[in-house]
Amino acid sequence: MKLLLLAISAALVNNVVLSQFLGLCPFLGVSKKINTSVGMSGAVIVVITAASAICSAIYHFILSPLNLTYLNTIVFILVIASLVQFMEMFIKKSNPALYQSLGVFLPLITTNCAVLGVALSNVQKDYDIWTSTINGFGTALGFALAILLLASIREKSEDNDVPKSFKGMPHVLLTAGLMSIAFFGWAGVL
Amino acid sequence: MSKIFERLYNGIIKENPTLIMTLGMCPTLAVTTSLINGVGMGMSTLAVLVCSNFIISLLRKFIPDTVRIPAYIVIVASLVTIIQFVLQGFVPELYSSLGIYIPLIVVNCIILGRAEAYASKNKLIPSIFDGIGMGLGFTMALAILGFLRELIGNGTILSDGAKALVKIPEEIYTPASIMILAPGAFIVLAFVIAAMNKIKEKHGMKPAEVPDYTTKEGCAGCAAASLCAGAAPKAEEHVNSIKAKAESAAAKENVKVEAPKPETVQAKEPVPADTGKEDKE
Repeated sequence: MKLLLLAISAALVNNVVLSQFLGLCPFLGVSKKINTSVGMSGAVIVVITAASAICSAIYHFILSPLNLTYLNTIVFILVIASLVQFMEMFIKKSNPALYQSLGVFLPLITTNCAVLGVALSNVQKDYDIWTSTINGFGTALGFALAILLLASIREKSEDNDVPKSFKGMPHVLLTAGLMSIAFFGWAGVL
Repeated sequence: MSKIFERLYNGIIKENPTLIMTLGMCPTLAVTTSLINGVGMGMSTLAVLVCSNFIISLLRKFIPDTVRIPAYIVIVASLVTIIQFVLQGFVPELYSSLGIYIPLIVVNCIILGRAEAYASKNKLIPSIFDGIGMGLGFTMALAILGFLRELIGNGTILSDGAKALVKIPEEIYTPASIMILAPGAFIVLAFVIAAMNKIKEKHGMKPAEVPDYTTKEGCAGCAAASLCAGAAPKAEEHVNSIKAKAESAAAKENVKVEAPKPETVQAKEPVPADTGKEDKE
């Protein structure tokens, strides 16, 4: 029950994009069409969940016993980059159908700051491996929800008549701002 | 000498990483709750950027091309770890208020972008000044955002919690605290970019566009393009091809389904007509 609450709070209350500002590049750059953002969110869910589990395991079994915790930034970024590469190769070999729908999005996530951000905040909050994995999964769900919502709103409001200076970037940022206000409401739920 | 000024101008004004290129959005929005935090984040990034440009420019002839990205990442990550210790030791308050965004400087695409686009191809001195210019441009954008958000959301300028340089009395202005919360970041940045668009329009420049990584041009504009090897346009192409296949398959099925319909309609229609005729007869 505690873990379920953690996942819900990671997905909705502390939404990774709308209240922690992680992973904004793909949030803005891959949200023009719903189709593409579906593939992107699938890949993000897989990578963040796996990366949180593995980084947390490395932290608890290797870095912490050897008193090397100050190396966590360097170790995590390398682990994430190689994990993504490895995953892409593995999926390509083992399941071509899955690769078709999800694998093509994997390289995009190598430098996504949400992945490193979740791994680091798991360590900062002293979560054990299980809790980290659940937290990662919830966070990734929150990312998927936010990018799908933004993509749908952008598809609908693409041809709206907005003032000339607000066209493009300001328009999308204001949309994200209003979504962020809406997500503030979840704080009352838990 | 002219090269140095050109680099500084390029970083601060012409290709300002935040306001013109819209790169490095995560720290821009996350830490600009006050002027101090914005400047602190900007200066930390500046320090990392100058050092990484320095080291990468020095090593540009030694790093093999195939492993350059991992090499850059290791260099940047080590520098960030050093900056983290420096901040923790000398300005612990700033360190705790910037929190997780200090280690996340590693994945700030401005740094890897400059390493890839400039420092790996140019000599030492221009590379250092490229780092200073870009870092100052980033700091300036963060300072503008931090100043506006602190002023509107808290009614202060340069506040450190207890004291403030300027404080607007509450009788005159009630702070709109949403501006220092998460939604305020998006809203203030939207208005700053809209103002920039207005200025650019006067000078006949193109307004800021939303980066669209799913097109080839948009992907090339992203500093991290070399890292993902243009994955987004490929993914988009792929999605489109699946869609086109599904549509053509659906179209074929529709033809099959629709084809018998007119026949049945035609077959049915004459029957009542015939019967009608027969009745009349």
